[in-house]
Amino acid sequence: MNEKHNIQLSINGSQYTADVEARLLLSDFIRHTLGLTGTHVGCEHGVCGACTVIMDGHAVRACLMFAVQADGLEIMTVEGLSEGPEKLNALQEAFREAHGLQCGFCTPGILMSLIPFLKNNPEPTEQEIRYALSGNLCRCTGYQHIVDAVLLYVERKNS
Amino acid sequence: MKPASFKYIKPESLEEALEVKSEYGDEIRILAGGQSLIPAMNFRIMQPSVLLDINMLDSLSYINLDSNKLRLGAMTRLMQLENDSVVSKNSPLLEEALPYIAHPQIRNRGTVGGNISHADPAAELPVVAVAMNARFCVESICGSRWIKSKKFFKGYFETDISADEIMTEIELPLFEDRTGWAFQEIARRSGDYAMAGVAVLLTLDNDNICNNARIVFLNMGEAPMDTNKAVGLLIGEVLTEELIMEVADLASQQEIDPIGGIHATANYQRHLANILTKRALKSAYSRVQKHE
Repeated sequence: MNEKHNIQLSINGSQYTADVEARLLLSDFIRHTLGLTGTHVGCEHGVCGACTVIMDGHAVRACLMFAVQADGLEIMTVEGLSEGPEKLNALQEAFREAHGLQCGFCTPGILMSLIPFLKNNPEPTEQEIRYALSGNLCRCTGYQHIVDAVLLYVERKNS
Repeated sequence: MKPASFKYIKPESLEEALEVKSEYGDEIRILAGGQSLIPAMNFRIMQPSVLLDINMLDSLSYINLDSNKLRLGAMTRLMQLENDSVVSKNSPLLEEALPYIAHPQIRNRGTVGGNISHADPAAELPVVAVAMNARFCVESICGSRWIKSKKFFKGYFETDISADEIMTEIELPLFEDRTGWAFQEIARRSGDYAMAGVAVLLTLDNDNICNNARIVFLNMGEAPMDTNKAVGLLIGEVLTEELIMEVADLASQQEIDPIGGIHATANYQRHLANILTKRALKSAYSRVQKHE
């Protein structure tokens, strides 16, 4: 039952190999096994969106996948967004300036949901931004500043 | 770790998957998109002893148009359906229902076969399938058989699939000419399970007399709730404001069985079903006219 499965995957461009139990969630694998604690874990049943990562270009819930399923895949976590821990990318910069976060717990999941969304839809309306954010819960901001941050990013990107 | 231990099997082919399924039967759960199964395992509501991961079976992921039917491989992801012009052109009821299913992050993983076989009475696709008279292909090592959507849903999370079978294809008949459609639901927040929802199809003849109709509700009973008496009122008639009210009253009072919950009492669910029926019938009717 507690048989281990060997997996190899790429996270933020680095290759990782590990032996994992089948029941290990991808979110726990990323945080506990690899120590990439930027990915946060909230509800662990797919509702809050805090654990969202990008897998093969698509935003997915890391708590609704087993690590063993990510064998051979490419994953990006919030640590992969900027060039280094001291630096912010343009979207993160817009969040900082527009006060798009308070406690910051939900922010990694929100950023990882927004990256593929903004790639597919570079000039979203406010309505579309709100729909894109609907799968991520934030208990601090009331969402308005998050929407403002995305609008600021979009305005800069397109000017 | 949240889920209980299980044996993990990842077959490379459908044949191999069917062999495993016949060997383990009811002990096994199929891991398709996992967007309902894994939350249930995280809560330990489900503790399957074997998990059969069919995500490697690329042969079950396709969207094919075949004369008058749309054929969907069971492992086709919901997001693939959402982004496919064949779906939007040929199955606008499905297209309209897809964005109501949870959130984009969930639809990136969730599959059409998984959604339907899970048979949650509050889910969108079972209702769409019943409204469209879909058929489902299920296979076992003994061969394959087709199940009509009306016979498929047996009750809460219960289907006609046997322990040794796997769903492989969903067949959606295309609409007849002069058919209007509407899918509507009301949820407390975007992406939540709806308190009420309805799929409507309406086919009119050249004099605008209704000769075929479907009204199917979600979250109004133990399975998708089809309405025969209410639809009977529509057949042979021209839609009027009065008739629409009569149909909505009959459907919401006599043909559904909502149980209520903390977010909506059974009476409130009936009220929502009534309003949604009226809106959806009007929307479907105007779409027949618009598409000429």
